[in-house]
Amino acid sequence: MARAVSTRRKVAVSIIAWAIGLIIFFPILWTFLTSFKTEGTAIAVPPKFLFFDWTLENYFTVQERSDYFRHFSNSIISAVGSTIVGLIIAVPAAWAMAFSPTKRTKDVLMWMLSTKMLPAVGVLVPIYLLFRDFRLLDTHIGLIIVLTMINLPIIVWMLFTYFKEIPNDILEAARMDGAGLREEILYVLTPMAVPGIASTLLLNIILAWNEAFWTLNLTTTAAAPLTAFIASYSSPEGLFWAKLSAASTLAIAPILIMGWFSQKQLVRGLTFGAVK
Amino acid sequence: MATLHTQTAARFMMAPAVLLLLAWMLVPLSMTLWFSFQRYNLLMPGMEYFTGFENYRYFFSNPSFWAALFNTLYLVGGVLIITLAGGTLLALLLDQPIFGQGIVRLLVIAPFFVMPTVSALVWKNMLMHPVNGFFAWLARVFGFQPVDWLAQLPLVSIIIIVAWQWLPFATLIILTALQSLDEDQREAASLDGAGPFSMFFYITLPHLARAITVVMLIETIFLLSVFAEILVTTNGGPGTSTTNLTFLIYIQSLLQFDVGLASAGGIVAVILANIVAIFLLRIVGRNLEA
Repeated sequence: MARAVSTRRKVAVSIIAWAIGLIIFFPILWTFLTSFKTEGTAIAVPPKFLFFDWTLENYFTVQERSDYFRHFSNSIISAVGSTIVGLIIAVPAAWAMAFSPTKRTKDVLMWMLSTKMLPAVGVLVPIYLLFRDFRLLDTHIGLIIVLTMINLPIIVWMLFTYFKEIPNDILEAARMDGAGLREEILYVLTPMAVPGIASTLLLNIILAWNEAFWTLNLTTTAAAPLTAFIASYSSPEGLFWAKLSAASTLAIAPILIMGWFSQKQLVRGLTFGAVK
Repeated sequence: MATLHTQTAARFMMAPAVLLLLAWMLVPLSMTLWFSFQRYNLLMPGMEYFTGFENYRYFFSNPSFWAALFNTLYLVGGVLIITLAGGTLLALLLDQPIFGQGIVRLLVIAPFFVMPTVSALVWKNMLMHPVNGFFAWLARVFGFQPVDWLAQLPLVSIIIIVAWQWLPFATLIILTALQSLDEDQREAASLDGAGPFSMFFYITLPHLARAITVVMLIETIFLLSVFAEILVTTNGGPGTSTTNLTFLIYIQSLLQFDVGLASAGGIVAVILANIVAIFLLRIVGRNLEA
């Protein structure tokens, strides 16, 4: 039952919405535009919007001077690695909780959520010291361990809410037809669970990619991901706006695109299923 | 329905996740608790000794702790007010029929995917710079004196940057809740002669109450530990004007190597976060029953 809406009203609302949308998006757009300017045009007053000599020079300089691709691959390794390790641990757990729940399942889930509430800074000192003693500082393995652990509760929760939506009747039917546990998992449940797992994967890569407390405190050079790479622009290089913009564009572009594809899952994942 | 056999299997499937999380929580936390009662500085190895509540006493009597506590509260409060009010209005707007609704939605949620170090540096330099920044130019165009944002209004600037990052989150979740509002209920209300304002306050807002509460609690948990934005813009300064609790503990531990004091601060931060967490857990727990 659609409400009858006058075209004039729709046009007015559209103009307001587009204006606000563009204002909110402006910092990103501005970064993108600035990345194609020379350093001189980047700081020009009044600012130049579209009519300047577009150049790709900054992108080459960023790669040459600070080795963008190494940081990029560090980000990939830690974000994708931690998400995959997290999924390997979480899929069986979420599976068990969704398909053979006990009286304590709810308590376990709530407890897992509560570990997410632990502020990182409360365990910064011991983690730092343990990592120092086990030689995990500034290593990929160290970063993957931390990112896996901080996102594990979210992964379990998201998977749990997805798995719970798989109807139990289908399992019954498969069992009636004589499917064993192996067939049940392989041919019945896995195909139905794949979309949920994919969404969880996507959201967690985004979260791990943008994590900026542990990545800044536990890495220096060898395993430093893009968050740390950009942070290195805070002083003196911050003066070079065009290069900062090029580096920033490269750092956020992949995740922005992934994020746009996963908006729906974002809501569910970040509210632990409380808002769907 | 679950047989004994499947229950044992289930326990095995859950064990890795549960044990790992348990270790992840208990080991460092008990170490923090232990350190917080020690005089322990990394620059003086082998000199550790038990001091009881000395660290806590020092921490609470230190003016920078109180400054950091208030900065944390201002930061959390400021960002919450902006994102909740802005997010609700924006969600109401985006719920209307719009040309190109999908694209506007993408524009609005984009800031959430920008990593904190990028958004902080972009705002600090290209927007808030007092001479060459975009805002300075805007101010001059409209005949105002440009503001040196991070020097004159450091905490406000940080609040603006962080609010920009979290506005999409609030909008997206409130919008999702808005779209589940029963159309019949709205129609019935408008047949009864409800105007747009009474419609909002008696129908829409009560329906959104839950989503807004969830946004508030989740944001609070993340906002209590804002770190990267402060590190790359002001480094806690000028003075202690943008040092929040997280940043203070970071200074104490990784810059001054005072493990004991930092740990006491860490425990305080944990207790603060737990107070918020209890409320969030109740709401989510209630949802799980339904």
